[in-house]
Amino acid sequence: MSKIIKYVLYDIVRSKIVIAYTLFLLLLSVGLFNLGGSPDKGLLSLLNLVLLTVPLISIVFGTTHFYNSYEFIELLVAQPINRTKILMSEYLGVALSLSAAFLIGVGVPVLLFNASATGLYLVLTGVFITFIFVAMAFLASVITRDKAKGIGIALLLWFYFALIYDGIVLFILYTFGDYPLEYATLVLTALNPIDLGRIVVLLNLDVSALMGYTGALYKSIFGSGWGVMLSFGLLLLWVLLPVLGSRRIFSKRDL
Amino acid sequence: MINLSNYCVRIICVLSLLLLGAEASAKTLRVCKSCAYTSVKQAVQQAGAGDTVLVAGGLYQESGIEITKPLTLIGQNNPVIDGNFTGQLITITADNVTIQGFTLQNVATSYRQDDAAIRARQRSNIRILNNTILNTYFGVYLQYSSNIEITGNVVKGENKGRTESSLGNAIHLYHTDDVEINGNDVQGHRDGIYLEVVKNSKVHENMSHQNMRYGLHFMFSDGNTYTHNTFRQNGAGVAVMYTQNVRMEHNTFDDNWGAASYGLLLKEIRDSKIFNNTFRRNTTGIYMESSSRLDIKNNDFDRNGWAIKLMTTCYADTFRLNNFTGNSFDVSTNGNSRQNYFENNYWEKYTGYDLNKDQVGDVPYRPVSLYSMLVEKVPPAVMMMRSFMVDLLDSMEKVLPSIIPDQLIDEYPLMKKIDHDKDRKFVQVLREATGAQ
Repeated sequence: MSKIIKYVLYDIVRSKIVIAYTLFLLLLSVGLFNLGGSPDKGLLSLLNLVLLTVPLISIVFGTTHFYNSYEFIELLVAQPINRTKILMSEYLGVALSLSAAFLIGVGVPVLLFNASATGLYLVLTGVFITFIFVAMAFLASVITRDKAKGIGIALLLWFYFALIYDGIVLFILYTFGDYPLEYATLVLTALNPIDLGRIVVLLNLDVSALMGYTGALYKSIFGSGWGVMLSFGLLLLWVLLPVLGSRRIFSKRDL
Repeated sequence: MINLSNYCVRIICVLSLLLLGAEASAKTLRVCKSCAYTSVKQAVQQAGAGDTVLVAGGLYQESGIEITKPLTLIGQNNPVIDGNFTGQLITITADNVTIQGFTLQNVATSYRQDDAAIRARQRSNIRILNNTILNTYFGVYLQYSSNIEITGNVVKGENKGRTESSLGNAIHLYHTDDVEINGNDVQGHRDGIYLEVVKNSKVHENMSHQNMRYGLHFMFSDGNTYTHNTFRQNGAGVAVMYTQNVRMEHNTFDDNWGAASYGLLLKEIRDSKIFNNTFRRNTTGIYMESSSRLDIKNNDFDRNGWAIKLMTTCYADTFRLNNFTGNSFDVSTNGNSRQNYFENNYWEKYTGYDLNKDQVGDVPYRPVSLYSMLVEKVPPAVMMMRSFMVDLLDSMEKVLPSIIPDQLIDEYPLMKKIDHDKDRKFVQVLREATGAQ
């Protein structure tokens, strides 16, 4: 398995896209920290970036990579290797390389400009989101053989989690505004990894005072050590679900 | 003829005052460990009207000092009067009393008598100067009095691990007129400065910080001016209610940051002026309810959560020449506004243009965002803050406004930040210098 991962990693590094991605993140984070004035403000701007671009690039890169290495996968399948092993090493190869890019591109500037617990949460959230969206990319690619369709599904998934979902939540909140919605909002945010990551970081910045009663409630749940663990546990669940789903489909399906 | 008689009366007055003065200067009682008087209480009892009691440095463990005649109490080398939690320290039951240069400490919480370090009732001409009051229930407590001067005192309480109801106020005035409160440093109490039915008074250059509830709290107190004060890190900020004709100028409201905090809370304030103040890092800069005909001009709102929360019960308020920078929300409201005017403010978020280069933007600015309306209506929606969808909706609403109140609009927003009068920085430097000691 580690041998396959090595090959995948080698292949990814050779394509130079990951290096470009690293430089892009590095440039943006250093720029934002220098522009933002205070480190906290830089962290906030960085949060927006992480929550929008990291999922997009992870999911698009994951899907294209899967389709590009289809022949390699077919070759491996012909060998006496377990299919699960093949898929998992492909997945880990992509996710690890993108996470490494993220750690260098965002983690290092955060460490330099704002080395705090909140910065750590932001980096952790980014890593989790990379893993989650690469998993979704693999799920989208194992569903269909057609490359265009696969990328379409992947983009739709990104669009749903980054944009449409929040719109739906706002609509629900607005429609049922007369009811106590604190716990409903809590459940709704747990159903979207991007929202979950955003809230974990926001609650640990002092913006949380703006959030009034709901914010206080959230802080009492997410602000403690247990709460942070719970939310990262939920994010882990978000990694596992698509990974297990795609593994199941991949091991049964006719290539 | 009338003039002449007036003149005579005046001369008699002056003469009698001189006589009194002569008598007063005649006697000075000294208190120290080796003097004739070893306790302040003893000396105060023995003193005649108009005498001066000079207290030398040292520790005096006593309480219940009652001043029943016009006296001047002066502490030299910072004498400490320690009540050891046995009751009120100084009670004033005479006019024309001065208390200067003491450290008064340790008064227990007493719900029945409201014990204070210095207390007066129905008296006039009282001066409380340069005292340090530590660890008391109430600091200075005056009722039904007039012509008061409270200057240069430090009132410091201990509010760690205590509840609001078990704390008293640092400076508490009730039904008292013509008060001057200058250059005091009050902290660690329930309210820093509490004024109820206090008229025609001046509150200048005080520093009120780390109080459990409000830095400044006044009600039914018309015609007062508040200038150059700093209110910092108070539990709920500054609250002013049911008052008219107030001037608040050059004050600083800093770091009142918490789920239920305000820089300045205005409730039922009328015909007042709020000029040249700075609101920095407050959860809400100004919260306004049922307030009308206010003139809010030349203020700086910087890095607040909400710069202004304007409830629909407010009307005919004017906002001119203010700077709004770095606030999460500039203005929020809970409905359609009635006749509140915004004009010539600088909004950092303004993205319009200025073709004729007159420094006034050609496109009106709408300070209320769709999302802030939504949050006002459905508080849990605040969890969507900084979501990309929210930004998108806000920009769409800015292009084609349909939901946000159409009357809340700045028709002539400024292109550049206003540099309010230059000398303010100088004043701030001065204040920092005096506050630091």
